[in-house]
Amino acid sequence: MDRIPILRLGSVLIVSVQGDLADALAVALRHDVGAAVSSGGITGVILDVSGVAIVDSYLGRVLTEIAADCSLLGASTVVAGIKPAVAITLVEMGFRLDGARTARSLEAAVAMLGADVAPTAILGSGP
Amino acid sequence: MSLSTAPAALPVRSDVDLIAVREAARTAAADAGFSLVNQTKLVTAVSELARNAVVHGGGGEVRIDSVQQGSLRGVRLVVTDQGPGIEDIAQALTDGHTTGHGLGLGLGGAKRLVNNDFTIESAPGQGTTVTIAMWATPGLTPIQARLPVRS
Repeated sequence: MDRIPILRLGSVLIVSVQGDLADALAVALRHDVGAAVSSGGITGVILDVSGVAIVDSYLGRVLTEIAADCSLLGASTVVAGIKPAVAITLVEMGFRLDGARTARSLEAAVAMLGADVAPTAILGSGP
Repeated sequence: MSLSTAPAALPVRSDVDLIAVREAARTAAADAGFSLVNQTKLVTAVSELARNAVVHGGGGEVRIDSVQQGSLRGVRLVVTDQGPGIEDIAQALTDGHTTGHGLGLGLGGAKRLVNNDFTIESAPGQGTTVTIAMWATPGLTPIQARLPVRS
């Protein structure tokens, strides 16, 4: 896979991260999310990691960097669906997912960002 | 201690190689009967160590052994590089210590993830070898399971 797809729903970007990522792919995602947010009209970014079985300190750092980038660009980030085993592992390593909110699922993340993904917003914006 | 499988060495030269290492460690941990949490911890630990070998050691290799002691099944991983080595191992194991690229959680984090069943051999100019082991029985890390590292 060359790139992780970034979907736009209203003023929210949804990124479904799946499988085992090479470092370069994670870095490419960071650049792509930054570019997509800076293109305008984006207030929220959801990173769905429910399909990710391993988050080591490198990938964890990229996730926090994406959240920090988006914050500077005016969008808030929600990391959704962290697997319980991944959460336990990150805590034991001493890793802190600073700067990003978390949600139990993609659905909960969408609810958290609420009005930003309202149907009118979907109608009012292009892909 | 017996080896139930022939050691398999996987080269680690780039970030793409790390994926194969993680997959092989996952398979070995699952075969040894590890819980999902312990599989995840072991795979994450080896990912940290193998990345160190790539980033700091200029590449190296990871050997994965299925090991058994009595009724205990486990997995032992040896990560080796021929890089510049580590001058101050105690400092390298300290959380927050980084040479500039990461969070500094790699070595210390990996050690915690395998319940301190962790040995490191390194000296300036002589590369680095890190050996970790984890056992299928949760929370049980017998003294005998701490393996001597051959030099």
